[in-house]
Amino acid sequence: MQLSVKGVVRRFGPVAALGGVDLDVAEGEFLTILGPSGSGKTTLLKTVAGFEIPDEGAVLLGGEDVTLSPPRRRDMGMVFQNYALFPHMTVAQNVAFPLEMRRRPREEITRRVEEALRLVELQAFGERLPRQLSGGQQQRVALARAVVFGPRLLLLDEPFGALDRKLREALQLEVRRLQRRLRLTTLFITHDQEEALIMSDRIAVMERGRIEQVGPPAELYARPATRFVADFLGESNLLEGSLLDGVAQVPGFGGVPLAGAHPPGTVTLLLRPEALRLATEAEAAPCQGLGRVVETIFLGLSAKLRLQMDGGAEVLARIPLRPSSPPPASEGATMLVGFSPEDVHVVPRG
Amino acid sequence: MSSPGDSRRTLARRELGLFLLGLPALLMLGVVFAWPVLRLLSLSVEGGTLEHFEKATLDGLYVTVLADSLKIAAMVTGICLLLAYPVAVWLSRAGRVGAALGLFALLLPFWTSVLVRTYAWLVLLGRNGVINRSLRDWGWIDAPLPLLHNMGGVLIGMVQVLLPYMVLPIYAALLRVDPDLSRAAEGLGAPAWRSFLRITFPLSLSGVSAGCALVFVLSLGFFITPALLGGGRVIMISMLIEQQVREFLDWPFAAALSTVLLAATLVIYALIGRLTRGGRHATS
Amino acid sequence: MRHPRRFSVGNFLLASSAGLVFLFLMLPLLVVFPISVSSASYLQFPPPGFSWQWYQRYLDDPGWIDATIRSVQAATLCTVLAMGLGVPLSFFLVRSRLAGVRVLDRLAAAPIIVPTIILSIALYGVFSRLQLIGEWYGVAIAHTVLALPFVVILVGAGLRTFDEAQEQAAAGLGAAWPRIIWRVTLPQLRPSLISAAFLAFISSFDELVLAMFLSGASMTLPKKMFDNIMMEIDPTIAAVSVLQILLVGLCLGLTSLFGRGALTTTITR
Repeated sequence: MQLSVKGVVRRFGPVAALGGVDLDVAEGEFLTILGPSGSGKTTLLKTVAGFEIPDEGAVLLGGEDVTLSPPRRRDMGMVFQNYALFPHMTVAQNVAFPLEMRRRPREEITRRVEEALRLVELQAFGERLPRQLSGGQQQRVALARAVVFGPRLLLLDEPFGALDRKLREALQLEVRRLQRRLRLTTLFITHDQEEALIMSDRIAVMERGRIEQVGPPAELYARPATRFVADFLGESNLLEGSLLDGVAQVPGFGGVPLAGAHPPGTVTLLLRPEALRLATEAEAAPCQGLGRVVETIFLGLSAKLRLQMDGGAEVLARIPLRPSSPPPASEGATMLVGFSPEDVHVVPRG
Repeated sequence: MSSPGDSRRTLARRELGLFLLGLPALLMLGVVFAWPVLRLLSLSVEGGTLEHFEKATLDGLYVTVLADSLKIAAMVTGICLLLAYPVAVWLSRAGRVGAALGLFALLLPFWTSVLVRTYAWLVLLGRNGVINRSLRDWGWIDAPLPLLHNMGGVLIGMVQVLLPYMVLPIYAALLRVDPDLSRAAEGLGAPAWRSFLRITFPLSLSGVSAGCALVFVLSLGFFITPALLGGGRVIMISMLIEQQVREFLDWPFAAALSTVLLAATLVIYALIGRLTRGGRHATS
Repeated sequence: MRHPRRFSVGNFLLASSAGLVFLFLMLPLLVVFPISVSSASYLQFPPPGFSWQWYQRYLDDPGWIDATIRSVQAATLCTVLAMGLGVPLSFFLVRSRLAGVRVLDRLAAAPIIVPTIILSIALYGVFSRLQLIGEWYGVAIAHTVLALPFVVILVGAGLRTFDEAQEQAAAGLGAAWPRIIWRVTLPQLRPSLISAAFLAFISSFDELVLAMFLSGASMTLPKKMFDNIMMEIDPTIAAVSVLQILLVGLCLGLTSLFGRGALTTTITR
């Protein structure tokens, strides 16, 4: 169901954990709140779930104002960071809990618990206690418990944090499939940008109690609206330059012609590391400069190079590697560094 | 090069060192605790006769005292549980300042001499005590209420002394319950009271049984409070033991009574401990 | 617009019942304060006037002062013994992997469970043969048995949370064992040690049942108070009680300052 957060403010003493947040999540959408710890994303989730009441503003679920409703009347399924499985109940009892609270008839509970456990492929584990399961299995039980009663909204609070990398990746895809299949409107909280990029329809980046930008992953990556978003999402080179007549003078690279109208003065240019070309590949690039390799990091599929530009800043380049590629340049070497102006994004001032 | 033999030797040396650390205290416990107690218990069958046990367990007078002691211990445990649970819940939810003040209000009486507190109850509950005097001055009663030298007085005094032993284990068990569990329950549709009954309460049972075991066992052996507040009308088994030694110098019979008291104590403690293990999920 | 905070009847009932229980717990402590400064020579409430006379009487009576000194002596010796024996014992009980260590663990905790009256008459029998009745250090030794469990539980709890890898690190850096324990381990156990020492002292200072049997004619403070209550209730005992409550309050305050919550773990284990 559609979720709207309107002008929500929450203060703890003098600190505003949420400083006026507006957010809309469309029906069936998977929206991720991405932010560093302390950015207010957990407070926002708790406010939506009803564990926090905002000082100002409103939370609307399907058009209904639920700002003051207690959590149990909101019909939201939530998966907690540590899953919050009830340790004294079996897996089946855990999953049955929300149905029992809704006073569903016995047979229906049995049937739906079975369905939900099948959905997460844990049919055989109904009689176990949570602590007899692995972390990944516990996580899936928590998920089954959160969706078994047909919630109006699914809330996920960093549910993959405690899992190792392999398992995390498998579960991320599983959650995404489940969410699509059940067409669940989902609000997902994470501080892991990679996870956010993989899973979301849209991402909302939060910082200091405010939402900096909302948009599809690709848009946020290519056209960040603020310096914070540019820096937080992916790796970035942020180059300062002075703009005059549509051409930015960037130390180390010379003039960079910019498309579109920008006010003259200082501009910040975002250049993703993969947009940089090196050595012979840079020869045809419209913008060029000379850089000295400071550090080379071999990553398997690619290599990352830190380069000190002649008369300019340090930049980060990422070049793809094929099995037949020659080894990336060693430290100390000087080479041509170039890029094309189309790959440059001007970060709005603010 | 190290061989398995070397590591075994290192381990043995470590164990020996640790044992030597513990030895003085263990010797002391043996000489000043275990040996004297066992020696006392053995007096009960001195001369190879069981007559003292027969007297202790068959004579109506002594059986009544033992039954009364058990009854008082059970009542004290029940009242303590009733009073302690809300306090423990409140403490577990209080903020930093509230919890600190609450614990202080719990620990200050706890570590104040039992004697001081018993004396204070004499002052409060006596015929001319603070409570009776005040009630009469306010015209609520004509004759003083019998608050002291009866079962009621003993119960009040014992509950006040033993209450912290009940509050603290329950409080500790409640603190171990992840607050996200009751949040999860509420989010899944449970009203606060149901979430409490289904989640928080079952998970606190380990603390409840630990507290009950402690309070029951301690009240069974209580001496000073019933002696002073009971006014001779409430006799507990420990008072009987003291009397046998002090007044009648009947050591074998005192030893038999002690054996019965100790056996009852250990059996009940073990029983409640077994119940505890049934509800041990909370800490996992 | 500001949203109102939720108010719940349940929380209100909970807070008020907890408040009443706290009042019940504190009542006996509070009531002795006004009585101790009463000008009446017998028990009267509310006191007709203010007077320090009962404190004066306590200070002037060599019987009271002797009993106080004896109790302080016994409690100090008990603390030293309980710590000196109990801290090493905790290391053994927590760290040894011997099969029998669980049984010894029970033995060390047993004095809490075994009714004090049994231990009292048991020791009375032994001490009277050894002519230890009436000696303050005899009482102190008996009290050490009761104080040991507190020390073992508190220090044991501290030790269990201490990461032994630190000792191995120190040993790897070239320190010898006694130095490691002294410089690395014990400083980190300080909250537990302070709390344990305080508990040992207070438990001895307050103890009556053992003292009744073992202190004979040379009474400890609680024994003197007990006799006083049995004979006549005069407000001197209220004055003594106030002093004792203040002492406990002071120690409790100091321990919570330096003991960092270790105190509450005692009984919660």
